[in-house]
Amino acid sequence: MSEQVILKIAGVNKRFGGLQALSDVNIKILKGQIYGLIGPNGAGKTTFFNVITGLYQADTGTFELDGKPYSPSAPHEVAKAGIARTFQNIRLFGEMSALENVMVGRHVRTKQGVFGAVFHHKAAREEEAAIRQRAMELLDFVGIAKFAHRTARHLSYGDQRRLEIARALATDPQLLALDEPAAGMNATEKLALRELLVKIKAEGKTILLIEHDVKLMMGLCDRLTVLDYGKPIAEGLPAEVQSNPAVIEAYLGGGH
Amino acid sequence: MSTLFDVKHNPRKAYTSFAILGIALIAFPFIASNFGNSWVRIMDLALLYIMLALGLNIVVGMAGLLDLGYIAFYALGAYMTGLLASPQFASVLESFVNNYPAVGETLRWIVGEEAAQNGIHLSVWLIVPLGAALAAVFGALLGAPTLKLRGDYLAIVTLGFGEIIRIFMNNLNAPVNITNGPQGINMIDPIRIFGVSLAGEPGSRATVYFGEWGMPSVNAYYFLFLFLCAVIIFISIRLQHSRLGRAWIAIREDEIAAKAMGINTRNIKLLAFGMGASFGGVAGAMFASFQGFVSPESFSLTESIAVLAMVVLGGIGHIPGVVLGGVILAALPEVLRHVVEPVQRQLFGAVLVDAEVLRQLLYGLAMVVIMLYRPEGLWPSPKHEDRMDANAKKRLDEKEPTALAA
Amino acid sequence: MDTFIQQIINGLVLGSMYALVALGYTMVYGVLNLINFAHGDVLMIGAMVGITILKIVQSVAPDLPGIVKLGIAIIGAIPVCILVNVIIERVAYRRLRNAPRLAPLITAIGVSILLQTFAMMIWGRNPIPFPQVMPAEPFTIGGALISPTQVMLLVLATVAMLGLVLLVERTRMGRAMRATAENPRVAGLMGVDSNKVIVMTFAIGAALAAVAGVMWGANYASAQFAMGFVPGLKAFSAAVLGGIGNIYGAMVGGILLGIIESLGAGYIGDLTGGFLGSHYQDIFAFVVLIIVLTLRPSGIMGERVADRA
Repeated sequence: MSEQVILKIAGVNKRFGGLQALSDVNIKILKGQIYGLIGPNGAGKTTFFNVITGLYQADTGTFELDGKPYSPSAPHEVAKAGIARTFQNIRLFGEMSALENVMVGRHVRTKQGVFGAVFHHKAAREEEAAIRQRAMELLDFVGIAKFAHRTARHLSYGDQRRLEIARALATDPQLLALDEPAAGMNATEKLALRELLVKIKAEGKTILLIEHDVKLMMGLCDRLTVLDYGKPIAEGLPAEVQSNPAVIEAYLGGGH
Repeated sequence: MSTLFDVKHNPRKAYTSFAILGIALIAFPFIASNFGNSWVRIMDLALLYIMLALGLNIVVGMAGLLDLGYIAFYALGAYMTGLLASPQFASVLESFVNNYPAVGETLRWIVGEEAAQNGIHLSVWLIVPLGAALAAVFGALLGAPTLKLRGDYLAIVTLGFGEIIRIFMNNLNAPVNITNGPQGINMIDPIRIFGVSLAGEPGSRATVYFGEWGMPSVNAYYFLFLFLCAVIIFISIRLQHSRLGRAWIAIREDEIAAKAMGINTRNIKLLAFGMGASFGGVAGAMFASFQGFVSPESFSLTESIAVLAMVVLGGIGHIPGVVLGGVILAALPEVLRHVVEPVQRQLFGAVLVDAEVLRQLLYGLAMVVIMLYRPEGLWPSPKHEDRMDANAKKRLDEKEPTALAA
Repeated sequence: MDTFIQQIINGLVLGSMYALVALGYTMVYGVLNLINFAHGDVLMIGAMVGITILKIVQSVAPDLPGIVKLGIAIIGAIPVCILVNVIIERVAYRRLRNAPRLAPLITAIGVSILLQTFAMMIWGRNPIPFPQVMPAEPFTIGGALISPTQVMLLVLATVAMLGLVLLVERTRMGRAMRATAENPRVAGLMGVDSNKVIVMTFAIGAALAAVAGVMWGANYASAQFAMGFVPGLKAFSAAVLGGIGNIYGAMVGGILLGIIESLGAGYIGDLTGGFLGSHYQDIFAFVVLIIVLTLRPSGIMGERVADRA
């Protein structure tokens, strides 16, 4: 694992009316890491995701991707800069086929517009073929190639999650941000997901992961940050975090 | 695209369908002419509506933006033609000179003395692209304030815009006369292609002659509109299966996810408004020349809703469906008028439900019944699973049983 | 051109009618998140039925005081409008409660067309004169004129709005309505029958629209099948201006829009140097709507709604 810092977020604060959803959150992720973000329900994990991907505006904070500052003001800019995400409640393009969903992921790295669409000149045709090919490769990579032409909302839950990951990968991200990808899965499915994430890591991708399944996270992540009520209460290797009394108290309540 | 016309996956079936359709469409006016001009005339107007429906389909069907003021673009194309292909500009100029002399004189200097006397008379080759461009610009302009709005609000705001444009068309006759108010603009030039006027030369009784051989003017316009329709259908299909089309559909399906995948939803939505509007502008320009006059009452909210009803009835987002919806709702009321009114006279001695009422009833029922019982429309997009080419389908069927067995 | 006071009075009269109709829009939106596109046409039905009843009353009891005759017309129009609105809800909207957003809106448009078509079939296409039963002699306030019809309208509107406030704040049904508007599922868990509440909401909205419709017809002395559409849209704009879902907002928005429109129509000539005249009056409501939705979508009295990912 290299020492290159992919994501450096510092001093993020976010307030919703009377609620301080995030207090001074910092995160540093190295290239090739699988970095976990855990914490009890309502701790602010998804809020943090939304802030770094531009869905919410932070009150304060600095944001750097691969050493360069990026401005999380608009989600599409964030995707262009190189962070791709999935959602807690799967957000696929239901009526499109699986293949088309992934092809949309290529949008941000391609450029044909109205002219190319209507006239199908050589560059447009080549780009379209490249999009299609890459999308098929990604579907194969996540293991659902045989469902390429199935309507997305007809896929099984587990396959929909895979599809969402494939779509995110299609944007050629520097950081893949996954929001509870294992939610609602049984043990077998979680194992398959774990394999997929390891496979993605082996390709050199960096992953930021929110999850509730502590066992899964401990076995998978290189480092973790624990949030509680919007504040980071622990950071470090899984073994360190696991035995941190503040973390135990946050999850289990006082008196342990 | 529908399985009937799917060239990529089932070429033989597709080309046969196209051939049959093509022959029927070309033969139609020659056969119908034997029964008078009205049938072909109905189809001419239906073809214009189909163009409108296809334009609205881009906005509503592909991008999911419920535009209730779409007819404004039809109006813009039509009135632009009214100003640039008729004597009207002479009156406009005169009224500017009377009220705002500085502006008036500048305009006179720009267009020249001849135009000041007789109005501007641009040819169809300029009118069509100008109409498309003007409508596209306005499409983006009117779409811009709606970008952050949710479905219902977007609908009402676009409706408001449509009404505002109609009110302006109706009232821009004082102090400066631009649109001639409720009376509208008449004496609009018919379309001239390679020197041949599609309205026929004066004295030819509306017959267009190509050398020795003649056809009624409505037939000539039919072929022109059919050609334009085909072009617009072609463009729509190309757009749908492109990166841009996918971006529109992504926005329709889930705008937040679309943004997260790097789609600049603001620009893509503006493109949808612009492209959709441009079809309306072209149709409007054709309408003005075909009819020879334009007035605000052709561009009311009822018309916007009529076009929406066509898209909804046929199959939102599915091009053949939209064409079908256009044919049904544009042609059927007129056809019924020829049938229903005489029948009622026979049965009841008087016409109880006249054609206008029938038309309204059809539109209202179409929208309510379809939404309640078949929201995907009469001819919806076939599912992706049904579209796969024959080979892939066989492979899939072979794979699945083995996967299950394992 | 009318004096300032005259325009304010005109604005109040117009605004009261907008407020009555806006209440219907805002209440339905509050419980169903649906713009009842056909609501303006309920106003039209109120006016048309009012004419029919008045004609009957005129022939049967021509010596009754005008107020009483109009009152009878209103009392007769209310149940008809309620019936229409309740049927619309049951037939057209109920099935689509969970459908994607576009569907109920399109259905509502279809219903609006159907209502207008039926009105066209029953009452014909041309405008019908509204029988003038109130005394014609206007009162004078500070140099401005106000007719007895308009006074009656203002009084009725005030009474109706007060009644609605009492209903919503003080009664069990009102509490149920507020609960359903906030969170239908939880309200259901608390024993509130959401269907009953929704029907009640449609009924109350219809009753208010009936009053507005009859008085509109009386004020403008005519009615026509298409008359409801534009006032309906304006009333919706008023509801948005005041804060959609908020009944006080609807009242404030309605009155405010009426005054804006009245003043605007009066002064637009001066503002634009004679280029735009008072025929452009209808534009104000739309311009207000667009401005509100662009700058402050929650309206004057609405709350900000966050969008969760």
